[in-house]
Amino acid sequence: MIGALNLKLLRDCRHIKTQIVAIMLVMAAGIAVFIIMFSVLDSLQLTKRTYYDRYQFADIFAALTRAPETLANRIEEIEGVAVVETRVVFGAILQMDSMPEPVSGRIISLPDQREPRLNQLYLRQGRFVYPYETDAVLVNESFYKAHRLALGDKLSFVINGFKRELRIVGVVLSPEYVYSIAPGALMPDDKRYGVFWMSRRSLEAAVNMQGAFNDVALKLSRHARPEQVMHALDSLLKPYGGLVAYERKEQLSNFFVENELKQLRVFGMLAPMIFLTVAAFLVNVVMSRQIATQREQIGMFKAVGYTDREIAFLYLKMVLLISVLGALSGILLGTWMGTGMIEMYARFFHFPILQYSFSYKVMVFGVFICSASAILGTLHAVRQAASLPPAEAMRPASPVRYRETWFSRSFVYHRLDFLSRIIARQLERRPVRALLSSLGVSFSMSILIFSFFMQDSMDYMLDVQYDMTQREDLNLSFTEAKSLQALEQIRLLPGVLKAEPIRQVPVIIKAGHLEKRTALTGLIENPDLFRVIDKHLQPVRMPPKGLIMNQRLAEKLNIVTGDVLSIEVLEGKRQSLQIPVSGLTQEFIGMGVYMDIYELSKLLDETPRMNMASIMLDQNYAASTYKRLRQIPAVQGLNIVPVLRQIFEDLMAENMLRMAAINILFASFISFGVIYNTARIALSERGRELANLRVLGLTRKEVAYLLFGELGVITLLSLPLGMLLGYGLSYGLMVSMDTELYSMPVYIDRSTYGISTLIVLASAAVSFFLVWRKVDALDLVSAQKGVE
Amino acid sequence: MAILSAENLKKTYMAGETRVEALRGVTLEIPEGEVVVMLGPSGSGKSTFLNIIGGLDQASEGHVYFHEQDLARMSSHQLTLYRREHVGFVFQAYNLVPSLTAWENVSLVTEIARHPMSPDEALAAVGLQHRTRHFPSQLSGGEQQRVAIARAIAKKPEILLCDEPTGALDSETGIVVLKALLDVNKRVAATCVIITHNSAVARLADRVIHFVDGQVSRVEQNTNKITPDEIEW
Repeated sequence: MIGALNLKLLRDCRHIKTQIVAIMLVMAAGIAVFIIMFSVLDSLQLTKRTYYDRYQFADIFAALTRAPETLANRIEEIEGVAVVETRVVFGAILQMDSMPEPVSGRIISLPDQREPRLNQLYLRQGRFVYPYETDAVLVNESFYKAHRLALGDKLSFVINGFKRELRIVGVVLSPEYVYSIAPGALMPDDKRYGVFWMSRRSLEAAVNMQGAFNDVALKLSRHARPEQVMHALDSLLKPYGGLVAYERKEQLSNFFVENELKQLRVFGMLAPMIFLTVAAFLVNVVMSRQIATQREQIGMFKAVGYTDREIAFLYLKMVLLISVLGALSGILLGTWMGTGMIEMYARFFHFPILQYSFSYKVMVFGVFICSASAILGTLHAVRQAASLPPAEAMRPASPVRYRETWFSRSFVYHRLDFLSRIIARQLERRPVRALLSSLGVSFSMSILIFSFFMQDSMDYMLDVQYDMTQREDLNLSFTEAKSLQALEQIRLLPGVLKAEPIRQVPVIIKAGHLEKRTALTGLIENPDLFRVIDKHLQPVRMPPKGLIMNQRLAEKLNIVTGDVLSIEVLEGKRQSLQIPVSGLTQEFIGMGVYMDIYELSKLLDETPRMNMASIMLDQNYAASTYKRLRQIPAVQGLNIVPVLRQIFEDLMAENMLRMAAINILFASFISFGVIYNTARIALSERGRELANLRVLGLTRKEVAYLLFGELGVITLLSLPLGMLLGYGLSYGLMVSMDTELYSMPVYIDRSTYGISTLIVLASAAVSFFLVWRKVDALDLVSAQKGVE
Repeated sequence: MAILSAENLKKTYMAGETRVEALRGVTLEIPEGEVVVMLGPSGSGKSTFLNIIGGLDQASEGHVYFHEQDLARMSSHQLTLYRREHVGFVFQAYNLVPSLTAWENVSLVTEIARHPMSPDEALAAVGLQHRTRHFPSQLSGGEQQRVAIARAIAKKPEILLCDEPTGALDSETGIVVLKALLDVNKRVAATCVIITHNSAVARLADRVIHFVDGQVSRVEQNTNKITPDEIEW
C-alpha cells in the first residue's frame, strides 16, 4: 500500500513536472560530469597502476654520455636501489616512403640474453628480437599504425650518424611511452615520431658503444629515499657526462599521464560543484514555493495528528525523489558519454588495454552528493514547514508588508512608468532571490565562457608561440655540437632562405635551496627565427653579458632581474657559472634561460658552437631540402614547425569541439533550469495578481511585460556577472593546470563573450515561451476566486 | 462529567506591533457527549479557544483538562498525539488535499489512527459512497465539506471540533452538511463543539456558549433541541 501521503507527493510532483525536469537536467549534467571524470580517472588510474607494476616501470631515470658497463655494479650498490637496467639509447632519423620529410625517432637497446628487468615491453603483434639479432627492430604500436606498416617491412634509420636498415619483427607497447611525444613537442605526432627497440649488441655495434651504456633506469627498494639515491647516482655518473637523474614524476610520458589525471580530478570536482549548487538553489526555490502554497494543507496534517517529523519527511522525500531521478539520469548520461571519453583517451594514451570501468563506488557517491546537496538546499524550507504552528498554518499567509524604500523615493523610480515600477518593487522586495537567480544564470554563462576560452587561449598561445617565438619552418638538432661554420653549409642548401644557430646545454640553476634542471640556450644577439619575447610580446635582444630568464621559472626560484644565478653546466667541462639575470621573458611553453651564443661559448670555454639550427625554407624547395638534410649524418632530429602547429590545432579542434558541445548543452540546462523555474515561481506567486490586472483591463502584452520584465532584469544582470565568473573560473583552471612544460595564458576572445551571451539569451527565450503559454491560459474567473 | 474543562484560560499574541488579548480568563466545562455551539462576533476568542482545546495552540495562562490531562503542560509532540488519537477537526475551508481523491483524503487520517473505521464506511456515513474516487475539484462545496466530516469522524474521535463548518456554504447545503455532521456524530458519540456566527444553528445544540471580548458572557442550556431539518437561516 502506497499511502495517501505518498500519493499526494507523486501527484504534486506530476503537477510541477516541467520544473522538476528542469532541475533534473541540471543535476543530471552535474552528475554526468562527475561520473565521466571520475570513472575515466578511475579507469586510467587502475590501468596505469597495473601496467606500471606488471611491466616494471622504473622509478629513477638518468641519461649520460658514455660509461663502461662495469659501472652498473657500482650503481647497484647504492643503498635503496633494487634493480638496475643499463641501456643504450639514441635519437634516430628515418625516411618513410610516404612522407617527404624525415621522421625522428628514438631507438632503445634490449638486453640480449634475458628479458629487460625494467620497462618491459608488451608484445601486441609479431615476436620479440632474438638474442644478437642484427637487423630486427620492434616498433611502438602508434607509429606502426600511423604508417600502416606490416611485420617484415624494412625501415631505414640514421642512428647517431650511422645508417642502418632494420626489419620490423614485432609491435610493442612500453610503460615508458604511454604518451609518446618527441622531445620538445607538446602533442603526440605518431607519423613523425616513433620509438624502436633492438638488440643491445647490435645497437652497440651500430653506434660504437661496445661495452658501454648511455642511459640507466632504476627500481627502488621499498623504503628507499629517492633523493639520496638520485644524489648518489649523480655523483657516480658525473665523470661520464651524467645529465642529472630524475624521478618517474618527471618522466615525460608519465608526466603527461599524471597531468591529465590531475586535470580530470580538478574538473571532476569543480564542474559538478557548480551544477549541484545551482540544482540545490533551484530545489530550494521550488520547494519553498510548494511549501508556501501548501500552508493550509500542512496545517491540516498537523491538526489531524501528523508529527513534525512526518511532515518534514514528506517534503524531504520529494527532494530525494527529484535528486535520485536527477542522479540516475546523470549516471546514464555519464556512463554513455564516459565510453566516448575513454575512447578519446585510448587514442592518446597507449595502454595494452584501456577499458571503461563502471565504478559502482563513483555512482553511489554521485547519487549521494546529488541528494545531499539538494537536501542541504531545502533544509531551511522544510524545517520551516515542519515548525509552522498548526493554527498559524491554517490561516492564509498574511499579506506582505510593503514600505517606502530609498529606491521608491529615488529619482530613477519616479522616472519609470507604472508597470516598470511594479517590476522594480518586485525585485526590491526579494533582492536575495533575484540575486541568487542571477547568480544561477551567470553560472551557466561562466561555464560557456569557460568552455570556449580554452580554444581562445590555445589559439592565442599558438599565435604567440608560432608567430612571434618559433618563427622558423624547420628546427634541426645535431648529434653533437658543431662549429658555427657548419651553418654556412646549411645556408648553401637549396631552398634555405635563412639559418640561425642555437646552442643548447643542459644546466642546473641554483637559487638558495631551490634548484631546477633546464636548458641554457645561446642565441645570436638579434635572432629573427627563434626569438625570445617580453610580456609586451616584443622581441628581446640578447644582452652582451647576463641572461634572459623565463618569467615562470624566475617566480618559481624567487629570482628578480639583477640577481646573480648559480648555474652548473651538465656537459663538457661541467663549469659552475655565475651569471646575472638582465631580463625576463614571457614564454608559455617551456621554462628556458637564454643568453648570447658567443658569450655562452666563452663561458663554456669553447669556440662558438651550435647543436641546433633554425631554418626558414622556401616551401617550393621543401621536399628537396628534406632530402638533402636526411643525407647529413650529423642531423639527429628535425622538427617541422608549421606541422607541429597544425597537429596541435587539429587535435585541439577535435577535442574542444566535442567538449564544447557537451558544455553548451549542459550550460543551457542551467540557464533554462534557473530561468524557467524563476518564471514559474513568479507566475505561481503572482498569477492571481496578474489575472486581477487583466480583469482591470491590462493587455496580455502588458501582463507579459510585468512578468518577464523581472526575469529580463535577472537575466541581463547575470550576463556581466557570468563574464566575471567565467574569467575567474578560467583563471583558476589555468593556475591549476600550470605545469613546467607549459602554462596557458588566460585569453578570452570577444566572440566568446558574444556567443555565450547569445546562448544564455536563447535559453531564456525558450523558458519565457514555455511560461508565456501559461500566462496566456490564465483563467480570469477562477483566478479571482483564488484557486491556485 | 466534563470531557474538557478550562480554568482561567488566557491567550495573548502579537499581531504585528499590537498586543492582542484573545482570551481573557475563560473558565468553562464541556460535558461528555454533548453538542456545544459557540457563538460570538469575530474576534471574540471562540476560534482561539477551539484551537487551544483542540491542541493546535497553547494557552498563555491557565489550564485545559482533557479528562485528567492538562493540555497546557503537554509538549508539542504530546499534543500531536492527543490530536491524532482523540480529536477530529472540521474547518470552514474544508482543507482537503486537492491532489487526493475523497477516499484518499479520508485515508490520510485512517492510516495513522488507532481504531479507525474504513474510508469507505466513513464516506458512506456522510452519504458520499458514490463519490469516493472524485478529487476535491470535482466535488461541490457541500460535498467537499462532507468529505472533511468523514475524514474527521473516521478515526472515531472523542471530540469533534468544527470551526464554522457551514460558513462557506449556502443555506440549503449548510443544512445538508450540518445534518450529516450531527447524524454521523451520533454514530461515534463524540462530544461536538461547533463554532458559528449564526445563532439559528444554536438551536441544534445541547448547550450554547456566548463569547464576547475574549470571555464567556453566557452559557445556555437548550431544552428544546431541534433537528437540522427544522432549522431556518
